[in-house]
Amino acid sequence: MLTLECPYCGVKADETELAPGYEAHLKRFGPGSSPEEFEAYMFARKNPKGVHFERWRHAYGCGKWFLAARCTATLEVFGTYPAQVSEPPADIIKKIQARRPEWKSGWQPDGKGTK
Amino acid sequence: MKRYSVFAIAREALRYHSGWEKAWRSPEPKAQYDAIVVGAGGHGLATAYYLGKNHGITNVAIIEKGWLGGGNTGRNTTIIRSNYLQDSSAAIYEKARSLYETMSQDLNYNVMFSPRGVMMLAQTHHEVRGYLRTAHANALQGIATEFITPQRVKELCPILNIDGPRYPVLGALWQPRGGTGRHDAVAWGYARACSAMGMDIIQNCEVKGVRSENGQVTGVDTTKGFIGTKKLGMVVAGHSGQLAEMAGFRLPIEAVALQALVSEPIKPCMDVVVMANTVHGYMSQSDKGEMVIGGGTDGFNNYTQRGSFHHIEETLRALVETFPIISRLKMLRQWGGIVDMTGDRSPIISKTPLGNCFINCGWGTGGFKAIPGSGWAMAELMAKGEPGPLAEAFNMWRFKEGQFIDESVAAGVAH
Repeated sequence: MLTLECPYCGVKADETELAPGYEAHLKRFGPGSSPEEFEAYMFARKNPKGVHFERWRHAYGCGKWFLAARCTATLEVFGTYPAQVSEPPADIIKKIQARRPEWKSGWQPDGKGTK
Repeated sequence: MKRYSVFAIAREALRYHSGWEKAWRSPEPKAQYDAIVVGAGGHGLATAYYLGKNHGITNVAIIEKGWLGGGNTGRNTTIIRSNYLQDSSAAIYEKARSLYETMSQDLNYNVMFSPRGVMMLAQTHHEVRGYLRTAHANALQGIATEFITPQRVKELCPILNIDGPRYPVLGALWQPRGGTGRHDAVAWGYARACSAMGMDIIQNCEVKGVRSENGQVTGVDTTKGFIGTKKLGMVVAGHSGQLAEMAGFRLPIEAVALQALVSEPIKPCMDVVVMANTVHGYMSQSDKGEMVIGGGTDGFNNYTQRGSFHHIEETLRALVETFPIISRLKMLRQWGGIVDMTGDRSPIISKTPLGNCFINCGWGTGGFKAIPGSGWAMAELMAKGEPGPLAEAFNMWRFKEGQFIDESVAAGVAH
């Protein structure tokens, strides 16, 4: 059972209290973008086996969206943070690197993220 | 391969069963093959089988990270049906269902296909309209389904409570020729037939990388070294994203956990498969007497083959409401599998950006029923390099074109 701490209200919420929102930090491509960019934004997913950044909503709590850094291979949670950022904050990256030294953060300024 | 028959049983009975041979060989990999299929689950083995049977390509290796049929092929609830809304889905699932009918004879291996009938309950007016539409669509597609009344539902499955206080049964979509099969036997039967054609099934061999030259695949790096191939088929369900990354492209897929469970065995009490999509649970009874139960997926990416407990609770709550008789049954075993969910909940059988590399994935929560049809279509794609009529619509570029095969709406949830 997954437990995530809501960064807004501080509640350690069980997953039954939360609504999942899948991959975080997607850069939005709207009208005017190429079909490839729009397809990648809408459908192509990292779906990594390992460190993953996700959107979650504290649905049965404060109702706010937040982001979580999690390992999809072990269900370990590295930390949660407010959603008003375009990339994971430095302290979260540090926490992940402490637990997964082999992990490369590789965040690109163009929003493509790892890889 | 020695054929299984009543005479073989009689012969072996007279000599202490000393003459049975292993169902398949476990050879070391050769340096080079005409085709490699990654993934020795049902879909991978079926692909290899039809490569040999339909297209005469037998210099084939099937590479498996774990053991044969140990992924979702051994973890599903064995339901076989083809009552889909969209024409392209109906075509491939009906092809699969019809191949299941003759599979035991074809493979000389008893896959225990049991066309006991599949019933999808309509418990809201929206569902009634949806299933009426599906029944009409199926009539046009040549698939025998009908919309039946609650009274007929009760006749077919007397343990079903059709007057529940929350969601009384308003009717059902009934496919009398759907049913169940023995999931392990499907994998074992295909494996035995592949091995008999001279194909190499290489278990406990993980693919670590995909090698290519000038945009054409040349082979795979594995835990047993490099294996060269002219054609590569990736048929690995939950781990498709990992293999696609090795081959240098991304998929519209999220991997999530789906659970199933079985009860203690009881005397025969239901001889149909019942799916209740509004309350979200489905149940059938195995030949051993266990009630085989499935429900919904978790909502987050997960590779652990373990699901969340609250989903089991939700599924059982739904089924106790639908079948009050099971309320005191003990549940014996519970397990999870990693399913690959696409954006439109329909599979991908496709060429890829890498030349001579093909992918078959995205079967989500409903892959078992499709095994023979999926293998048939994938083998045609690999052999000819171009998709045949069954696979054409399932290419991975449909997401860019907006040509979805939208079964998430058609099928509600369970799929």
